[in-house]
Amino acid sequence: MHVIKIESGAQMSGNGSSPVLLSIEDVSKQFPGVKALDRVSMTVRAGTVHALMGENGAGKSTLMKCLFGIYNKDDGRIFLEGREIHFKSAREALDNGVAMVHQELNQALKRSVMDNIWLGRYPRAKGLPLVSERKMLADTLAIFKELDVRVNPKTIMSMMPVSQRQMVEIAKAVSFHSKVIVFDEPTSSLTETEVEHLFRIIRMLRDRGCGIIYISHKMEEILRISDEVTIMRDGQWVATKPAADLTMNEIIRLMVGREMTNRFPPKDYQPSGETVLDVSNLSAQYSHLRDVSFQLKKGEILGVAGLDGSGRTELLENLFGCAARRTGELKKSGRRILNRSPREAITNGFAMITEERRATGIMGILTVRENTTISCLKKCRIGPVLSTRKISQKTGWSIDAMRIKTPRQTTKLRSLSGGNQQKVIFGRWMLTEPEIFLLDEPTRGIDVGAKYEIYQLIIQMAREGKSIVMVSSEMPELLGVCSRILIMSGGRLAGEVDAGRATQEEIMTLAAKFA
Amino acid sequence: MVAVRNSEPMTTRDKWNRVGNILLDRSMIIIILALVAYIQTQRPAFLKTASIVNIITLTASRLPMALGIAGAIILTGTDLSAGRTVGLTAFLSAIFLQKLDVAGRFFPTASLPLPVVLLIVMAAGGLVGAINGFCIASFKLHPFIVTLATQLIIYGGYLTISGAKQISSLDARYTTDFVTHTMFRIGTTSVMSYVAFAAVVTMIMWVVWNKTAFGKNMFAVGSNEEAARVSGVNVTMTIICVFMLAGFSYGYTGFVEAARLGASTGTLGLNYELDAIAACVIGGVSFVGGIGKISGVILGVFLMQLIISGMTFLGISGNTTYIIKGLVILVACAIDMRKYLTKK
Repeated sequence: MHVIKIESGAQMSGNGSSPVLLSIEDVSKQFPGVKALDRVSMTVRAGTVHALMGENGAGKSTLMKCLFGIYNKDDGRIFLEGREIHFKSAREALDNGVAMVHQELNQALKRSVMDNIWLGRYPRAKGLPLVSERKMLADTLAIFKELDVRVNPKTIMSMMPVSQRQMVEIAKAVSFHSKVIVFDEPTSSLTETEVEHLFRIIRMLRDRGCGIIYISHKMEEILRISDEVTIMRDGQWVATKPAADLTMNEIIRLMVGREMTNRFPPKDYQPSGETVLDVSNLSAQYSHLRDVSFQLKKGEILGVAGLDGSGRTELLENLFGCAARRTGELKKSGRRILNRSPREAITNGFAMITEERRATGIMGILTVRENTTISCLKKCRIGPVLSTRKISQKTGWSIDAMRIKTPRQTTKLRSLSGGNQQKVIFGRWMLTEPEIFLLDEPTRGIDVGAKYEIYQLIIQMAREGKSIVMVSSEMPELLGVCSRILIMSGGRLAGEVDAGRATQEEIMTLAAKFA
Repeated sequence: MVAVRNSEPMTTRDKWNRVGNILLDRSMIIIILALVAYIQTQRPAFLKTASIVNIITLTASRLPMALGIAGAIILTGTDLSAGRTVGLTAFLSAIFLQKLDVAGRFFPTASLPLPVVLLIVMAAGGLVGAINGFCIASFKLHPFIVTLATQLIIYGGYLTISGAKQISSLDARYTTDFVTHTMFRIGTTSVMSYVAFAAVVTMIMWVVWNKTAFGKNMFAVGSNEEAARVSGVNVTMTIICVFMLAGFSYGYTGFVEAARLGASTGTLGLNYELDAIAACVIGGVSFVGGIGKISGVILGVFLMQLIISGMTFLGISGNTTYIIKGLVILVACAIDMRKYLTKK
């Protein structure tokens, strides 16, 4: 069993004197019509954590894909410990000690934990063409012990929560005794405690002399874990600085290329006293959502905070009728409603923007026009036939009102940026003239700049008298946009705070109440 | 799947729900057992030794092929070329192993040793499988399309060579002395050697599926092709090998079928693949991909044969049997799908 070599006595820290492990020099990559990477350089030293930051589309993933041989770089050179490398495949990179923990977990979910870890290089039984399960188990346990991961190697992957699957992925990267490990947004599905665990593992790897590349949008994390930060913008290198010399505002300025003094638009909306939605004792049939009661006012933006798995998404799904209810009552403006299915909810004036935009929000290969009008086709008919004029009229309204940047109405939606895709979905729902808007992570995977525009849209809707329930993992966003915030914990409502006065600490304390 | 945290006591409704789910997940078996019980009350001879041995013998004749096709299903694919490949390889076996004194023999003088013929037909099946796998893996075509095309090509080729002639009068050292040789008798019913062959094939397949890197790769590719690729699995080669392995099993089946039926005809192998796919689905090999067990396939083939024999016992016409088979496939797939849907 090989575990990572422990460099004897080499107590390396984040200073500039430790040896260079990986050096990327002037790498360029051209796609038809786009210069995805323009002479980007980056140096990762042994025993350091090097953060790579930039907005979506800044070229971080393209750079990593060039490193792992998924793309062929047009120009530039990459050196690993002084030796020039041209990896042809992810496997070749792994064999040379360069591993990546992917953001989108790529795992064989129906197979066991250890089958996943040793996939592609199963240990052979001596002298036979058979796999040695015993060695697989022993090696897996050794790695788990070393990393303090408490997972049964024989569990089927699909039976475990995402955070544990993430840990398995990390263990897999470590099992290649890699010298360089790339973490791509590793904390997006982890709870606070799990993030701490991850950081302990990263620090352990760092102290052993590994070079870590850490890609994340979460600035607090970057400032805590990394030694150096490289910032990219529009496919170009912008800056590399010691993390100690950077502040959050400085990072945003470098990433966006302009000062972002105001991350949020002014909260110029005024909830009225009128209750639009009255939820009492809502419990779900198949999830752990229990006994949730709250009221939503007209023209209000009500935030829902909580950790992953606290029941936030389940709450919205129950309100919208895409999850089965066990008990509870919904009243809209005093009238009892059922919302047994999304269709019924839409008729009752509800709209919902789902968390997974790509999976459940957009129809990528269809056009902007088709995506915009899919929910209001009934209003676009003349007799039994759809009217192209009406459709393009409505799409045009949506493009103007949502400020969607698209070359044409007939552009395929997947070719737009995440922010513009999200605006198309907002437009789609606005055309159904909803009164209650349920938003699940409305700014996930959207650039800092485009987020601002989404906030503006949400506040604009509230000003027009629509009521909004907004789930988000980003607390500053909830505090910056909402008027009240509900905090979920372990499937229950842990409390409610006034967004004008509450602090992040207060919310975190409540979020941990039943967790 | 979201687990309900059991902080509260289970209500009666929950308990009934749970019982309902358990029954529903096993409903295929329950339905078939009920059917068997019904047939038994109508025709008491149904579950006598003779007919059970008969069902097992039929199971043995179809099992290797079902195991081959199961691999394709585990890759979220299918193989429509199976039946026609069996037809082709049965024809090849027959022309090499016809009695020497038959007039109009395909190869007037040559007579090949049995193992050589077996190797030839398995190679032929393997070749078809390799072509299927290559087209699927390299051109990224859906297995349905590829095997739909290849089965037409194979059938056309077979008809051209054979002129749709029946090849009978097979050599006894191939038929009654080997494949359909009576190993022993249970009561008056003889157990033929191909039952033992099927057992050996099944054991080999079990080892390949569960104990080799190839088998694990097959399940991984079926479960998540991309994950397998980034982990360094040669996905193209795995797909080709799965279809080749399936092809070998069709070659073997062709060899056995010609001897079992005593002749090769134009319709030999027709729709075998549909029965095999149905058996796999009944046995829990899921079209979702990455899921399947050897024991499940055995059970599936056995239950299929049980139904078919039962229908014969009841004197139900072949036409009605088709309807019942179709219903069984629908129900089995619907129940299978239920297991993989996340409840909300």
